[in-house]
Amino acid sequence: MPKPFTPKVVTANALIEGDVIYLAADDSWVRDLSKAEVITDEAIAQIRLLDAQARPAETVGVYLADVKLGAKGAEPTHFREDFRRTGPSNYFHGKQAEADA
Amino acid sequence: MYRYTEFDTAFIQERNRQFRAQVERRIAGNLTEDEFKPLRLMNGLYLQLHAYMLRVAIPYGTLSSAQMRQLALLAEKWDKGYGHFTTRQNIQYNWPKLSDVPDMLDALAEVNLHAIQTSGNTIRNVTADHFAGAAADEIADPRPVAELLRQWSTDHPEFQFLPRKFKIAVTGAPNDRAVIKAHDIGIEIVEQGGKQGYRVLVGGGLGRTPMIGKVLSDFVAQEDLLPFVEATVSVWNLLGRRDNKYKARIKITVHEHGIEEIQRLVTERFAETKAAFNGADLDLFAEIKESFGAPAFRNAPEDDFAASYEADPVFRSWADTNLAEHKAPGYAIVQVSLKAHGQTPGDASADQMRVLADLAERFGHDELRISHEQNVILPHVHKSDLPQLHQILKAHGLATANIGKISDIIACPGMDYCALATARSIPIATQIATRFDELKTEHEIGDLKIKISGCINACGHHHVGHIGILGLDRGGVETYQITLGGDATETAALGERTGPGFSYEEIVPAIERLVDAYVANRESADETFLQAYRRLGMAPFKEALYETEKKNAEAA
Repeated sequence: MPKPFTPKVVTANALIEGDVIYLAADDSWVRDLSKAEVITDEAIAQIRLLDAQARPAETVGVYLADVKLGAKGAEPTHFREDFRRTGPSNYFHGKQAEADA
Repeated sequence: MYRYTEFDTAFIQERNRQFRAQVERRIAGNLTEDEFKPLRLMNGLYLQLHAYMLRVAIPYGTLSSAQMRQLALLAEKWDKGYGHFTTRQNIQYNWPKLSDVPDMLDALAEVNLHAIQTSGNTIRNVTADHFAGAAADEIADPRPVAELLRQWSTDHPEFQFLPRKFKIAVTGAPNDRAVIKAHDIGIEIVEQGGKQGYRVLVGGGLGRTPMIGKVLSDFVAQEDLLPFVEATVSVWNLLGRRDNKYKARIKITVHEHGIEEIQRLVTERFAETKAAFNGADLDLFAEIKESFGAPAFRNAPEDDFAASYEADPVFRSWADTNLAEHKAPGYAIVQVSLKAHGQTPGDASADQMRVLADLAERFGHDELRISHEQNVILPHVHKSDLPQLHQILKAHGLATANIGKISDIIACPGMDYCALATARSIPIATQIATRFDELKTEHEIGDLKIKISGCINACGHHHVGHIGILGLDRGGVETYQITLGGDATETAALGERTGPGFSYEEIVPAIERLVDAYVANRESADETFLQAYRRLGMAPFKEALYETEKKNAEAA
């Protein structure tokens, strides 16, 4: 039996700023994981990934990341994705600081 | 110090102009990322977890005050007000925007700095003993050799697409402070029959397959150095495993073919390379050597130093820990710790960089060094200036008296920044430092080097730490393995794994148990952790790590 498909988001780094971005349902890039489109169907995930990869002038390194659905939308399942959505732990820099601004 | 010639200046300007055009084409959508990536890597620009990272070369770790001030300017103008000094004597900026990088490179070029060959499969920044030109135990200053190698390797047409990266380190002293045995090529200046030459090691390296370098030649004559190194890199360039990047480094080539076969091939190739050098390299070497002349040391009384040493216990503690012996009478080598307890190892704010630049200008013959241990060195300070210098360092959070102690930790950026990391390093380092500062046992514990890497690539040199910590991802959980008995000096050794790893929460208490076991078992306060480990072996430390834990669990 193949493994069941787990929910995904399309994510990348922004070309100019280099920061973490996620693909939203309206095709825009958002900086907040909870606003990302959560994809639960494998075929759709592959198409959304192709869509995103077709926009190379906006992004670097597009991939599908595992998420779970929480009360406020997508949440990471792995600590690496948690750091990506938050920022470093030694300084209050990156996403965590932008959210406050 | 070496000053750029017109050729150097024109070369860097041209390279920056090319990269600016490449960035413009990438942003305009005329280059894909696959096309652009090798171009940006050639210019030191990585993409990490949260942003781009620009790695700037600090050749053999030597900086003037003007260069340090420019590094501060970059941190302030295009980054978040700080920079991170690395284990290869470079500086990394963690937050630049792609569109700003060409301006950053132009600003660096103003002070003869660049980011060329700080990445990619090329010969990287040539590193050297951070006490070069100042150490009392030195045969000769290793920096002219490093500068010669830098000029030879920069844009070398044969070596722009090597099987993998290639790192060279040089020491001019028998006491190895440049970790030459863990480099692709390690060079030691030696004397034989009254003549200076080089002992050349090959095939050392850390990473996923750590190896200690082997002797390729016990004595290479001064005039043969470049052809000999060129022959070595050239042999590997043909032989190196391009089929598998994890087997591509020269250490694997040496391991697979054996050192005798490599020696034979290098000797054969050397006959050809030697014939191709016409002596221009020797003229160049003579010129370079002149530019590294010693500063004009002064003769002055040391009374101020003696008086402060007597009267001020804070100064005394700092002097005992952070100063090293200088070759000139009345002088000291000052090691400025970038490891204030609880701070990120190797980070300096723009303000701190400016203070260090000012101090170098005022008291230090305008010279600064970056050590592979991620500290800053003022190599030439007269002892009479030390009390005043210490006051200024103190006022800027730079007077931590912990060089060589348990909180003077090497740590890679780990998963807080690095896209390759499998776990965090920085918070482990800051927590260990904070813990032992709270216990106030740091000086009682004595010399102990902890080195932490956040993945098996080993940028944090964990294999050669007296205590090494390696962060891994085990089933989606940060897990830390411990190695003991590593050594980065002339008696280099790879640490041995203690056993199963520890979780993020468990690792700091585990280190504390290890250190307690050392203190309980050492013969006297003079026996260092490494000496005790060599005498006692793994058993008492293993027991402290695992048996105590079991007992605690049973008691609970």
